[in-house]
Amino acid sequence: MNNFLNALIFNAGYNTNLVTFGATLLGFSAGISGTFLFLRKRALVCDAIAHATLPGIGLAFITMVLLGGDGRNLAGLLTGSIVTASLGTATISWIVHNTRLTEDAAIGAVLSVFFGFGIVLLTIIQSMAIGYQAGLEHFFLGATAGMLFQDAIIISLGGVLTVATILLLRRPMMLVAFDINYAYTRGYNVQLVDFTIMALVLAVTAISLKIVGLILIVAMLIIPAVTARFWTERSDHILWIASGIGAVSSYIGTALSASVSALPTGPVIVIVCTSMFIFSLFLAPARGIIVVMYNNWQFQKRVHLRQGLLALASSEVIRDALTLKLLRRAKCLRKDGVATSTGIIKAQQAVLDERRWKIALRIFEKYNLKSHYYRLTPIDVVFTSEEIAKIDSILTELPTTSIDNSIT
Amino acid sequence: MGVDFIQFSLTPILIGVLASVACALPGNFLILRQQALLGDAVSHVVFPGIVMGFLVSGTVSATPMVMGAISAAIIAVVCIEIIKRFGRIDPGAAMGITFSSLFASGVIALEQSDTTTVHLDVEHALMGNLESLIWYEANGWHSLIEPASLAQLPHELNRLALVCIIILVLLFIFWRPLKISTFDEYFARTTGLPTITISLCLTMISTISAVTAFDAVGCIIVIAMFICPPATARLITNRLYFQVWWSVGFASLSAVLGYILAGYGPLWLGVENSVSAAGMIATISGFILGLACLFGQYRARTNCS
Repeated sequence: MNNFLNALIFNAGYNTNLVTFGATLLGFSAGISGTFLFLRKRALVCDAIAHATLPGIGLAFITMVLLGGDGRNLAGLLTGSIVTASLGTATISWIVHNTRLTEDAAIGAVLSVFFGFGIVLLTIIQSMAIGYQAGLEHFFLGATAGMLFQDAIIISLGGVLTVATILLLRRPMMLVAFDINYAYTRGYNVQLVDFTIMALVLAVTAISLKIVGLILIVAMLIIPAVTARFWTERSDHILWIASGIGAVSSYIGTALSASVSALPTGPVIVIVCTSMFIFSLFLAPARGIIVVMYNNWQFQKRVHLRQGLLALASSEVIRDALTLKLLRRAKCLRKDGVATSTGIIKAQQAVLDERRWKIALRIFEKYNLKSHYYRLTPIDVVFTSEEIAKIDSILTELPTTSIDNSIT
Repeated sequence: MGVDFIQFSLTPILIGVLASVACALPGNFLILRQQALLGDAVSHVVFPGIVMGFLVSGTVSATPMVMGAISAAIIAVVCIEIIKRFGRIDPGAAMGITFSSLFASGVIALEQSDTTTVHLDVEHALMGNLESLIWYEANGWHSLIEPASLAQLPHELNRLALVCIIILVLLFIFWRPLKISTFDEYFARTTGLPTITISLCLTMISTISAVTAFDAVGCIIVIAMFICPPATARLITNRLYFQVWWSVGFASLSAVLGYILAGYGPLWLGVENSVSAAGMIATISGFILGLACLFGQYRARTNCS
């Protein structure tokens, strides 16, 4: 526990502090760049990008060893990973544009083939690097333990750079992600911005490799964006909420992993992030499952009550159990199925409301009334008394049967 | 081509071929239904399932692990549906969230439990252990007709053969409904076909072949074979029937070629150590797909209006 608190308040050794700092910034950038991907409905492209880094890491290692250097140099490995990841991205868009295969097939093909080739390279390295462990398997799941000082520097610098890029270019990227046609008419170079978004995702992926690992980076890019979507309907708010979620989960996850033994960094960060997602999935206001189910239930009750009252007014027999129960609860119906005096008054109000609504739909078309289930709202909530008077004047002119039979 | 080959290479090659075919067969339909990434999702989810099966049963025997894997895959499919339907999130993102979270919990469960004595780790799950599925009992070609030796074949071989046969039989029986609902779901529904049931059954079958193949050869081959051979076949023919058989052919070719190149390729280049067979098989299948993308007869999208 003490270790965890120390890591949280940046008091757990210089390297750990640097890594925690870098991871937090990267979580921030991953949250934002993932939001762009999510809004463009290309969430799984980043999974292919992440897996396509593996052959680059392998090739970079082999090249550096053949050139007589240290194969484990992080800057070199990251450069290699960016090269093959870009190649993978380019291959996906080439396949989608030039063959009849769909994007999901292209993503899966690139992901598995690049990754498979990467594994082949890793086994070559294992037979090559006799004498010392290459340590490349850390790139699968991320490991911050025993990280070199220069690696920590690269990660924090990378974090700072991606955050700076996002702050500079967030407006055009947001526009393109949210509404590509509008961005186009505003004169933005859409292709260039799209390219920047992909480059940003690539950079975040490459720099996070050592922390989160290539298998789980997809989670760091997608989950914050999806979680943020539950809390807001506004695109600019999604960005900041997603970045916050990304940053906090990376911060807590890295600190936890640094302080408890046998907790690989990547999975811990992902689990922290997932718990926020599950919380939002159920409890978010407006979009969370519980609220949505509660609203559906309320809506169902209103429909049943209204239909029950209308049936009472035309003295039809009501058989639906839920309708009967709701009518009794509203004291509109006695136990023996006879309407009470309140029931009769409410039923007449319901009929009047229904008739007024039918007229209102005809004369107030501009309000776009058909977009919601209008009849369930009492009419005097929606219209002013002058408007209702106008409705009533039309209502008195028409014979009631023609209104009740007309199709709305 | 002597005893060595029978003992050390024959069964891995056969297992590789069967695993590839078991994945490629349902893959044909997944590709046409634009659900190609199902294989990816399932194979990520199988790992936590296997870990759970192991932690609950305490042994590395196959049955609890396969049970664990299948239940994990079912849980994942349910989670994806819940996130999609109730959370109103698009399918790709729902899939990504589910499989990465489950995978992460699998890794943590494995790391936190004492499994140092057991051969169960992430790299093993990724790369598979095709090379280790050898046939100890064989001592020549005549072993192929000796019941005593045949009884000692690796279990993975029998299981995969069974799965392949089951899938082929199911395909044969349900060919027409499957084909109709894959190409034109609305038409299928109007003719009274239970399209949702068909889709669920396809998911189940894919899950079973992914789990069985994963157990034997690891996740790279599974993902690659769900997509690459069917995609290749799709680029060289317009007929579903031929596409399925072509995909079986390409899957077998990749498996055989990949295994041989991985095992003997380095020797021909004068290097002692072999490379990962699973990785090589995936690479070869991708290479074949690349050729089809460049030269396949029906590679281009046609405007058949």
